[in-house]
Amino acid sequence: MELLYASCVGLLASCGVFLILRSRTFTVVLGLTMLSYAVNLFLFSSGRISLNQAAVLGASSEYADPLPQAFVLTAIVIGFAMTAFVVILAIRGRTDLGNDHVDGKYPEKNNVKNKKVKI
Amino acid sequence: MIQNLPFLPVLLPMLAGVLLLMPPFGSKKVSRRISSVVLSITSFIASVFLLLVVQAEGTQVYAIGDWSAPFGIVLVADPLSTLLVCLTTLLGVVCALYACAGDDEKGSFFHPLIHFLILGVNGAFLTGDAFNLFVFFEVLLIASYALLMHGGDKKNTQAALHYVILNLVGSAVFLIALGILYGVLGTLNMADMAQKVAVLQGDDVYLAKIGGLLLLVVFALKGALLPLHLWLPNTYATAMPIVAALFAIMTKVGVYSMMRVYTLVFGDEAGELSHMAQSWLWWLAIATVAMGAVGVLASQDLRKLVANLVIVSVGALVALVAVQTVEASSAAIYYLVHSTLVTAALFILADLIGRQRGKVADRITAGPAVHQPRLLGICFLIAAIAVIGMPPLSGFIGKVWMLKATLNTEYSIVFWLFYLLASLAILFSVAKAGSTVFWHHQDKITENLKQERVHPVQLISLIILISAAPLMTIFAGPLSEYTIGAATQLHDFNHNIKIILTGGQ
Repeated sequence: MELLYASCVGLLASCGVFLILRSRTFTVVLGLTMLSYAVNLFLFSSGRISLNQAAVLGASSEYADPLPQAFVLTAIVIGFAMTAFVVILAIRGRTDLGNDHVDGKYPEKNNVKNKKVKI
Repeated sequence: MIQNLPFLPVLLPMLAGVLLLMPPFGSKKVSRRISSVVLSITSFIASVFLLLVVQAEGTQVYAIGDWSAPFGIVLVADPLSTLLVCLTTLLGVVCALYACAGDDEKGSFFHPLIHFLILGVNGAFLTGDAFNLFVFFEVLLIASYALLMHGGDKKNTQAALHYVILNLVGSAVFLIALGILYGVLGTLNMADMAQKVAVLQGDDVYLAKIGGLLLLVVFALKGALLPLHLWLPNTYATAMPIVAALFAIMTKVGVYSMMRVYTLVFGDEAGELSHMAQSWLWWLAIATVAMGAVGVLASQDLRKLVANLVIVSVGALVALVAVQTVEASSAAIYYLVHSTLVTAALFILADLIGRQRGKVADRITAGPAVHQPRLLGICFLIAAIAVIGMPPLSGFIGKVWMLKATLNTEYSIVFWLFYLLASLAILFSVAKAGSTVFWHHQDKITENLKQERVHPVQLISLIILISAAPLMTIFAGPLSEYTIGAATQLHDFNHNIKIILTGGQ
C-alpha cells in the first residue's frame, strides 16, 4: 500500500510540475491543482498510513494521528480559495491582455505558429 | 486583559477588516476612511502597549484556546516579534492615511484589505508554530493578491499573474516541507521542533535536512533572495505605490522567518543539523546584493529603482542572518526597521513626484518641472541619504554596524567588497535619479500641465515615514540597546525553549 500511495503522490506531483511549466494559464492552473492534490496526500501521509483506525484516543488500542488530518483539512480549504482566485485572475488576464500566455504575449520567434493555434 | 494582550495585534486588524465590510462603517466613503484610520491607529496603540509590557515583564506567551504548547498553538511576543509588529501597524496607519487622498477609490475594498494584510503579517511575526506560520502566510498572501490588483492596468495583471502562480507553488513547497518535518519530528511547535532536531538519528537527519532546506526555498521566495527574486521588481513597480510601500514589510516576513527557523530550530543546539543553511544563505545573500545593485543601475523609473533597493536590502539582511551571532542579528534588526521605513517613504515619494510630472510620471528622464520642488526635493534628499547609507542618518549607522558584525566571519572580504560596491552603485543611481528628476526640466511642457499638489494627508504620512531616518539616528542608543536585547533573546536557546513550552511562567 505504501508503494501505491507513494507512486500516486509522485505521479500527481510530476504531472503538476510538468503542467505548471507550460506557457498557457489554463494548463498552469490545472498543474497547480494537481500539485496541491499531491501535497494534500503527502501531508496526510506524514502521520503514517494506517488502516481502519480511529483518530480518537482510547477508542482502540491503535489510533491514527489526528493532527495531519487537521493539517490536510486546512490545506484543502486554503488551496481551494487560492485556486478559485487564480482561475479568476487567469480569466482577467485573458481579457486584459488578449491572450492566455502567462507572460501576456507570445514570444516573437514563434508568433506565426502560435497564432494558428490561438482560438 | 493583560494576559490576552499578545493576541490583540492579530485580533484588532481582523475585527477592523470585518467591520469595514459592514454597513455603518463601510457604506459611505467618509465613514469608511475615518473608521479605517481610527482602527489602524488602535492597532498601532495596542502593539506599542504590547511592546511596553514585553519590555517591562519579558516575553509574553499566549496559548490560543488555553491549549498549552506543544499541543496547542502559541503566540510568542518576544522583543523581536513585538518590534516588528509595531513596525507593521505603523506602516498600516501610514497606508490607511495616505490612501484617503483618493487612492482607495480606484477599486473596491481597499481599507478592509490592508487590515487583513496587517493581520497576516502580525500573525506571521507572532506565531510560535510552523503550521500556523503557513496559515498566516496564506492570509497575508491572499490580501496582497487583491491589493496588488487594486486599481491596476494591463501590466499589473501580468505581474500579478506571475506573483500569484509563484506564490501558489511556494505554498505547495511549504506544505511539503511541513509534512516532512512533522513526519520526522512529530511536532510543529518551533520550540519543540528545536528540542527534537537535536536528538535525531540515522536517516531521519537527512529527511529533516530536506525539510529544512525546502523551508529555505519558501522563505527565499517570500524574501526575494536570488535566484527567486525575479518576481519582485515587476510586482512592486506595477502595484499602486502605496500598496508597494505596505509590501515593503512583506519581504521582511521571509527574512524574519529565516531568522527564527535557522537560529532557533536549526541553530547552535541542533546537533548534526546545526547551521545547515548558513553556507547557502551567505553566498546567496552576496549574489542577491550584486544582482540588486545591477538592477538599481539599470532602473529606468523611480519605482523600479526603489524595488531594486529592496532586493539589495534583503541581500544584506540575509547575509547578517547567515552570520548567526548576537551582534549580527542585532544589526539585522536595526537595519530591517530602517530599510522598511525608508523604502516605504521612497515608494510614496516616487508616487508624489510622478503625479506632478504629467505623462513623464516617475521615469528618470528630463520632463516637466515638479510643482513643489522644495518640499519634495528635501524629502527626497533625506530619504536618499538614508537609503544610500551616508552619514549622518540611520542608513549609515546600520551599514557600519552591519560591516562590523560581519568582520570576523569567513569570507567577510567578499561580502564587504560586494556590499560596498553595491552602495556605490546605489549612491550613483540615486544621485542621478534625483538630479534628473528635479533639475532637468523641459519648460515648454510645464505651462499647459494640470498639476496635483500634495494633499495634506499625503504630506502627513510622508513626514511620518521620512522622520524615521533622523529619529532612528537621534535615538540610536536606546534603539540599539533594544535590538541587542532582542537579538540576545533570539539566540538564547534554553530560555526560548523554556519560556515557550511552559507558557512564560
